Amino acid sequence: MRIPCPFCGSRDSREFVSRGDAAPVRPAGDDAEAMFDYVYLRDNPAGLFEELWYHAQGCRNWLRVERNTRDHTIVGARLARPERAA
Amino acid sequence: MTGQPFRLPHGGLIDRLHTLSFRFDGKAYLGHPGDTLASALLANGVRLFGRSFKYHRPRGVLTAGSEEPNALVTLRSGARAEPNTRATTIELFDGLEATSQNRWPSLGLDLMAINQVFAPLFVAGFYYKTFMWPAKAWEKLYEPVIRRAAGLGAVSGLEDPDHYEHDHAFCDLLVVGAGPAGLVAALDAGRAGLRVVLADENPLAGGHLLSERAGLGGLGGAQWAAMAMAELAAMPHVRLLMRTTVFGRFDDGEHGAIEQVADHLPVPRPGQPRQRLWKIVARRAILATGATERPIVFDGNDRPGVMLASAVSTYCLRYGVAPGRRAVVFTATDSGWTTAHDLLAAGITLVAVIDTRSVVTDALAAPVRAVGVQVLTGGQIIAAKGSPLTSIEARDGTGRTHRFAADLLAVAGGWNPQIALAAHLGHKPAWRADIAAYVPGDTPPGLDAAGAAEGRFGLGDILASGRRAAIDAAQTLGRTINPSPLPHAENTPHAVSAVWASGPCKAKAFVDFQHDVTASDITLAVREGFTSVEHLKRYTTLGMATDQGRVGQVNGHGLLAAATGRALAETGTIRARPPVVPVAIGAFGGHHRGRHFRPERRTASHDWAAAHGTVFVDAGQWKRAQWFSLPHETDWRQSVDREVSATRGGVGLCDVSTLGKIELAGPDVGTLLDRLYINMFSTLPVGKARYGVMLREDGLVFDDGTVTRIADDRWFMTTTTANAAPVMRHIDFARQVLWPDLDVAAVSVTEQWATYAIAGPRSRDLLTAALPDLDVSNAALPYMGATTLRWRGHAARLYRLSFSGELAYELSVPARLGAALVEHLFAVGAAFGLIAYGTEALGVMRIEKGHPAGNELNGWTTATDLGMGRMASTKKDYIGRIMAARPALVDPARPRLVGLRPVDGASAIRAGGHLLRPGAAPVAANDEGFVTSACFSPTLGHPIALALLAHGAQRHGEEVVVHDPVRGADVRALVCDPVFHDPAGEKLRG
Ligand SMILES: [Zn+2]
Repeated sequence: MRIPCPFCGSRDSREFVSRGDAAPVRPAGDDAEAMFDYVYLRDNPAGLFEELWYHAQGCRNWLRVERNTRDHTIVGARLARPERAA
Repeated sequence: MTGQPFRLPHGGLIDRLHTLSFRFDGKAYLGHPGDTLASALLANGVRLFGRSFKYHRPRGVLTAGSEEPNALVTLRSGARAEPNTRATTIELFDGLEATSQNRWPSLGLDLMAINQVFAPLFVAGFYYKTFMWPAKAWEKLYEPVIRRAAGLGAVSGLEDPDHYEHDHAFCDLLVVGAGPAGLVAALDAGRAGLRVVLADENPLAGGHLLSERAGLGGLGGAQWAAMAMAELAAMPHVRLLMRTTVFGRFDDGEHGAIEQVADHLPVPRPGQPRQRLWKIVARRAILATGATERPIVFDGNDRPGVMLASAVSTYCLRYGVAPGRRAVVFTATDSGWTTAHDLLAAGITLVAVIDTRSVVTDALAAPVRAVGVQVLTGGQIIAAKGSPLTSIEARDGTGRTHRFAADLLAVAGGWNPQIALAAHLGHKPAWRADIAAYVPGDTPPGLDAAGAAEGRFGLGDILASGRRAAIDAAQTLGRTINPSPLPHAENTPHAVSAVWASGPCKAKAFVDFQHDVTASDITLAVREGFTSVEHLKRYTTLGMATDQGRVGQVNGHGLLAAATGRALAETGTIRARPPVVPVAIGAFGGHHRGRHFRPERRTASHDWAAAHGTVFVDAGQWKRAQWFSLPHETDWRQSVDREVSATRGGVGLCDVSTLGKIELAGPDVGTLLDRLYINMFSTLPVGKARYGVMLREDGLVFDDGTVTRIADDRWFMTTTTANAAPVMRHIDFARQVLWPDLDVAAVSVTEQWATYAIAGPRSRDLLTAALPDLDVSNAALPYMGATTLRWRGHAARLYRLSFSGELAYELSVPARLGAALVEHLFAVGAAFGLIAYGTEALGVMRIEKGHPAGNELNGWTTATDLGMGRMASTKKDYIGRIMAARPALVDPARPRLVGLRPVDGASAIRAGGHLLRPGAAPVAANDEGFVTSACFSPTLGHPIALALLAHGAQRHGEEVVVHDPVRGADVRALVCDPVFHDPAGEKLRG
């Protein structure tokens, strides 16, 4: 499997570390239930899925990678860090 | 030594000027360069190559290629012995040694052939049925007997003396197969400037061109192929990989291929790998793997002398070998007639041609009839007899029976395009009734088939198909091919009828030769309800042998379709998975074996340590000094006890360079650290260090270490050796994903600094002498202080940190100065009694000091469990804060860190032992915790341990039993504070 790193180009997936679902957002504040969901609850869709991958042996960027879980097709990848306003 | 009685007087792509000698089952033979082991043995009149898997039937050669199911031999001997090697692909070399398999005591006399008598035991599903018998009988009786009786070759059990390597290739176009279609495609793409990789499993390019008399463009097939290869070899952007089998198609255009670099040599040349595993990343791929012929199922179709028609042509034309003296051709295709013509051209007596079809064109039959060969149309074979083959019983369309004396039966059952790669990644092939063959269906993206693999069988069509595929591939890559005229080639007749079986198939009529699956096994499976192809495969083991069903699969599915009254298109076919051919595990391992299993990391002063009696220990990839053995020391404990006492009594040096080191910069580092650690860091003054604990988001301890503020916006973090990479990843996650608004840069500097702990009451005296320009007094550099300095003109850092509990420092210099610094410190330190200590003494001192380490930071302890709960700040949010407050994580009954000392003051307490109340039965319900770390304390003079004990904080002074059911001997121990040494911390602050 190859991942198109926006910084390094098409690279072997063995250079990356996967973290899984990119959707959960860390809740602010003291809501324990929301934190529990954030830590433990994950969707497991068949089809397009946005995942977080870390280019550990490359540019060290965290990427949002869109992957089809049915056939491993990777649709695209972008930096997880939002573009900083100039 | 014998002659080669079956060698044809001329022809073949062999070098008749040179002779090679080789041995098979101990007997000496001669052959020529260009031969395979199979062709050379056939030239010598050898017909019997091995015994079959289950029934120990005598077997000869069926094919002339890598799909061979019968002629499996053990190649070479000793540690290089390789079982189950196909004699049809072994290139002959001088001195080659091979032995037959699965026979006892000898190939000619095989006592295990008695399995044929017990054949009913071995029918389809016998494994499953046998399992139904009493379990005891299975273990004691059936399994040992079956294991001895059934099977193929045995491995040597010796270490492989050869090595294997990995390589990568990237290209625009991968062409798999250097037959006519593949060569045209590679030439077209190469001439257009595309980066091409052309791979073929054979040593010679040409594919089927090497086995046919019809040439192309006015040249012989082999000649044309050689010219095409010469042109390709001259193109710098084209890579030719011969003896290379592409065995798998993976995601995103990745292909696995195995190159047999030195398999054709007696032993690899010095430094040469035996095989090379390729990962080929191709933007496009063309499957030009050709087609293999399939046999027809009839009684005795496995007898030595029964051979595929295409193999007969190959032995005659490519190897100059007569595979027999009196031949019969049995065909369901026009191509079988080509073999009939080849036999006549080679001067071999052709007795009869039996065509299953009722009408045969004159163009095919007339030349055969003209020389008096009998032709049966609408014919069937009833049985092949003799071992090796002596006679054939056949029937013509009118029902008349014929008997032919023959020692060779060439069988042409139709063609199976070699499409396994196109069926990887879950893609299904499609059945084409008009050519009675599976062709690629919806292929994986970027993969296209051409030539016979696409279902084209006329040579003219094949060339055009290769060109079409190349043009398509170039087009999708935005490139243009300007084709030159293709060489002229005739479309040889290639009509085929779908015939799977012939005659009664009552006795032994084989579908899968390698796994001894017969037509009656298929019938039985259907009768028992196994009518899906995937069930049939598992129940009968059809297609599960090392040939992956390349020979027998289609016939098996044809018989299944017939038995269930379905069309073949309805039965479907099984899911294909890599690898297409067996690949040695050694090739996947490559150089990653033994001490090269993973890379080794060495610290800057590794060589110094090695020269000073170090015993190294693996810490992940790192080599760390475990202890330093002095010449008179005979036991590791002597060394470790000495190192601890000398450090606590004087001064010791320990290489701590393997600790993870991360440099952080930016205005928001303090804020980020507050969110990463449970304790506060933003308030840390410049020039100070602080110990911190990080949690995972689930509230459990992740890592610990120190952070030093070097300047207002520059910080330096250490992590444990094991977590250096995970903490770096964690920081990048926090600053890129969780809080991208924070202005923080972070970089791993683990390998940039060499760091040495200098510990003991005389450490300050040593540093004063070693760094005369620096003030290291307690006032200038107090406990948890830090300073920068220059050493020999380079930036260095000195931290007043202590893991040992003594007055101690950590001194960091650029890694390339590490060895020089150690030399310097020991030169100066001789006057202070400086010694080096390793990880064992480091561990003893941290246990004496009650510091948690890897054994306690085990992924299921909380900060409170480890006695560090009070460090947690209530003034800020941090990762893991909310989840750490879950009821189960704050339960006062949770095991807490305690110290243990033996009641008798002498018994060793072992790590891993479980803690029980005195008198409690040693059952899980009474388990109250366990020992995490244990050692002998030379400082206290008795064994000590750290443990996690339920309600531990309240139980200091109580007695517990350390129960060790694995190693035996319970030990009574007293619970105490985990800090054994200097609990007030006066030494480290002094
Ligand atoms: Zn990258």
